[in-house]
Parts: sequence; C-alpha cells; structure tokens
Amino acid sequence: MKLKNPWPRYYKKDVVTHYCPGCGHGIVHRLVAEVLEEMDLGKRAICVNPAGCAVLAYLYFDFDVIESAHGRGTAIATGVKRSRPDLFVFTYQGDGDLSAIGTAETIHSANRGENITVIFINNAVYGMTGGQLAPTTLIDMKTTTTPAGRDPKYDGYPVHITDVVAQFPGVAYAERVAVDGPAGIRKTRKAIANAFQTQVDGLGYSIVEVLSPCPTNWKLTPVDSFKWITEVMTTEYPIGVLTDKRSKKE
Amino acid sequence: MNKVFMSGNHTFAESAIRAGCRCYFGYPITPQNELGEYMANHMRKAGGVFIQSESETAAINMVIGAAATGTRAMTSSSSPGISLKQEGISFLAGFELPAVIVNVMRGGPGLGNIAPAQGDYFQATRGGGHGDYRTPVFAPASVQEIADLTAHAFNVADRYRTPVMLLSDGMMGQMKEPVVFSEPVTDFPEKEWALKGRGDGPSRYLCSLILDALEMERHNWKLVRKYEEIEKNEVKYEEYMIDDAEIVVIAYGTTARIAKGAIKRVRKDGVRAGMIRPISLWPFPKKLLNNLASRVRQFVVFEMSTGQMLEDVQIALEGKADITFHGRPGGTVPTPIEFARIIYREYQKTVKKEK
Repeated sequence: MKLKNPWPRYYKKDVVTHYCPGCGHGIVHRLVAEVLEEMDLGKRAICVNPAGCAVLAYLYFDFDVIESAHGRGTAIATGVKRSRPDLFVFTYQGDGDLSAIGTAETIHSANRGENITVIFINNAVYGMTGGQLAPTTLIDMKTTTTPAGRDPKYDGYPVHITDVVAQFPGVAYAERVAVDGPAGIRKTRKAIANAFQTQVDGLGYSIVEVLSPCPTNWKLTPVDSFKWITEVMTTEYPIGVLTDKRSKKE
Repeated sequence: MNKVFMSGNHTFAESAIRAGCRCYFGYPITPQNELGEYMANHMRKAGGVFIQSESETAAINMVIGAAATGTRAMTSSSSPGISLKQEGISFLAGFELPAVIVNVMRGGPGLGNIAPAQGDYFQATRGGGHGDYRTPVFAPASVQEIADLTAHAFNVADRYRTPVMLLSDGMMGQMKEPVVFSEPVTDFPEKEWALKGRGDGPSRYLCSLILDALEMERHNWKLVRKYEEIEKNEVKYEEYMIDDAEIVVIAYGTTARIAKGAIKRVRKDGVRAGMIRPISLWPFPKKLLNNLASRVRQFVVFEMSTGQMLEDVQIALEGKADITFHGRPGGTVPTPIEFARIIYREYQKTVKKEK
C-alpha cells in the first residue's frame, strides 16, 4: 500500500519528541518540513530557531539551523540573508521571543522589508520557563506571574504585533492562522506556503502567526486546548490574512 | 598603494574592506561615527552589505548571521554600545564564529563622555559577556597600526574561529596620520563549517545550548585548548629603548604614544627608561614581562583608567619587581611632561637609590 501521507524528507525520523503531549510545535514543525519539500527549498534552507521550547527544533528539522539568543532571530536572519541572498531563510519564534524581548528586531526587520519569513508561534504564555505572562497573554488569563489573571490596568494588554507589522510597506504577506483542528492545520499549511513563496519571489518580509496549543501551561487537556483556541483565543486574535501585497508588486 | 592621509576611524573601515569584510552592521555612537559612514559610502561599491541597525544588539546579531555563512563580518561601537554587544559576543564565542568588533573607547561608566579613555580593558580582556570564554584583543597605537591590526584581526578570527576585538579610543579614532594599506585580500580560507544549506549532504546546526553538563564541560575545555593555542601564538608587543633600561613603562594605545614622548624627555636627563607596549592585550605578554623582571626592578604602568591593565602586569611580574601606577580616567588625556615627572621621580626614588 502506498502511503498517502509519507514522512517528510526534511523531518528527522526515529527521534523522541521533547514537546509535551498536545503541544502545537510538533504540528507546525511538520508543516514547515512538508512545505519545504513541496517547494523544493530544503537544500538551501536556513532556519533561525529561538530561545524557548523550540530551541531544540534542530533535533527534528533535517535542514541547516542556527540558534539565536532570545529575541534576536530576525537580526540573525538578516545577517544570513544579506550575506547569502540565494539561501532560503526563515525564523521560527515564540510570542515572548518575537513580541517581548525581540520587539525591536521584529519591527525593524519588517520595516526594512527583509526578504525573510517569520513563523510566529503564539500560545499566549512562556512555555519553556514554566508558564509565565507573555505579551500575548489574554486578559484575565491566569499564568504563574499573573496568578489572579492578567489585569490590563496592572499588566497591560495583549500585544498584537502581527497586526502592527502588517501596516508596514515592507511587509508583503502577513496572516494569522490557528492549529485548532484539521481545517485549521490545512489553512496553516497554506499560509506557510504563501509566506515561503513570497520570499522565493523576492517580494519582502512575510510572517505567519500561528495560534498554537500549550496544554501543559494552560492546564487543559489537548482536546480542550484546541477548543479554547477556537472559542476564546481567536476572539482576541482573529484569524485571517492581515496584509497581502503580493499582486501589487508584480 | 601610495601613502594616504586618513583618520583612524576611516582606516578601520578601509582596512576591513581590503581584508575582505563584506558585511558591516553598526549603530551610530560618538566617537566612532566616521567608521560607519565610511562603510555606508564604500561597502556597497565593494559588493558588500552595510546596514545601520536599530540597535547595537541587533548589529552584533546580524554579524552572527553573516559570520554563520562564512562571510567576513564586522561591527563597531564605543563603550556603552559595546556593553550592549556583549550578549552577541558571548554567542559568537559559544558558536565558535569568527568576527571583528571595534571598540573606540570613551569615558565612563554609564554614558560617561565622548573623550578618549581606556576604561573598557577589563570588559575587553576578561570576555565581557557571560560564560567561560576569552576574546583576543589588539590595541593599535597609530593609524598605520589600525590598518595592519584590522587585517590581522580578520585572519586571527578565521584561524581560530573566534570573535576578535580591536580596542582603540576616541583619540586614535579621530586623529589623522599617513597610512599605507596592503593590497586587497582575494584568497580566503575555506570554511567547511559554514552554513550554506544542506544541499545533498547532511543537515547541520550551530548551537550554543548544550543541556548535558558533561557535554557542556567538554565544549568548555575544547575552547580552553583553543585559547591556549592563541596564548602560545598570538602575543604581540613593541619594545622601546628596552636594552639598557633600568625603569620600564608598560602602556598601550594612546597612552603608549604619550609615554614615548616622556621616555625621550627623561633619557635627556640620563634616566635609562624604556617601554613595553602590549599590542595584544589578551593574550597579554606575561612571559616577556616576567623575564624582564629578573633584570629590571622598577616598572611604571600608565593607563587612561583607574588601573585595569595594572592587574595583568601584577600577575605577570609575580611580585618580582616594584610597580608604580599612574592613571587618568574619565576622558582626560595625560601629557608627556606629566608622565616624565613620574618616571623621573620613581627613578630617583628606587633605581638611583639602589645604586
């Protein structure tokens, strides 16, 4: 029998995942690997992985990877891409990495219209350090550093950084998606493909924000985590294309 | 190439381009702005990349990205900006990536001022950032030496896969002198370790995260073996009137230039003074000083700081000789007369008395 869904070429086999049960990283990792294979980009791909749970992404990605200090992903990606424009360069970053400590790098790489792609995992919480407040944490959401829930008067409001950079002329493609079920996963795959194609066509910065489950720190079951994304998280972070300047540039 | 008249800051940039640096990332800060401006004017013509980054932190991380692909890359700043780059310098050391970082020092701490100072010696020679690592540091004392050491720094960085720092100050950056550049480098070492995309080979990764403590320890000792090689091979210094010297000055960079004037002055009065000018601050010329201490009883350390290199001199001499320190921090620049008085005084007090 021929497998309908074979193992992606650029996804390592026979490794034990370090991610928690129900985590979204594994899903998005695989989608990235599938799209790279489909678009024949794996041989010239460089991924910049973050500080955070996905710091170990190179255990799974079977293409070249460089680690970054917390928040500096798009600066490193800028250096890689500018020195070797023929390489395919993308960052894989979490919400703390990209929209707290790395806000300046995110904003300015986007504003320069760097021809790179950003895969932005938004799970509204700091995962690796044990569930602290993230810039993206929802109002009233409990974390280990907002034990009574996020109080906007005290802790500020959820940051919508993808909406911010989508306003920039240098950002050619920005979309928010959610891995909250089979339909969401298919849409995420399509969004990643669109973003990657944007870079291949040399049109500028592309970013895909993925609302992704963190059952461990949300203290929900994996199934309830999916539901929470659909029912709660997408009300704060509506899914959809935030900017698509691809046709205008042709 | 013919002799040209050029500022230190421009010379760093021109020499880097000639050395094959093809990526420069920096953020404006006085007194080194002319370096970035020169890069903006000349780097793209040389087929390279110039980006004025959003911060010092971003600049050093762009350097990491470019260095990872095997490109010769550089950034420059002055004291407060160099503090911001320390995170990235630590990562360069951990990743074992070559890069050149120029520090045109100014007075501090904090914002301090924009006048020449040597207060960043500890930061430069002790690693500066977090973790167990060393950074080779070279300190030029003329514009010609800025040209020579910049080219040298790129070679050392590539040879040992390490970040290298050029430690200068506002005086060296701003002043103009005649300089002759060497011909542009066209032959570069092959960098098999560089990330180029996996192609048909196995995938690779550059990481500094090593969660297993024993593995991390192995990496630390591997770095130490490299640093030992650097200590063995890369010590650089200048001897000045040392053969008959009875009192020896230790000074680097701008301070060493001033000390030369002072030594000429006291020699006229029959004071047999000489100088060792460390050019590599790490590795420090420890052995040389220690050997010299078997013959010379009196050393004088001059710095434009409150005494930082002084500690390296103390370590090197192992208590075998007397050390007098005179420092002027905060952006004040001492004069040759000021130094001459101190050399003369110490000579009368110790050397002559012994006679």
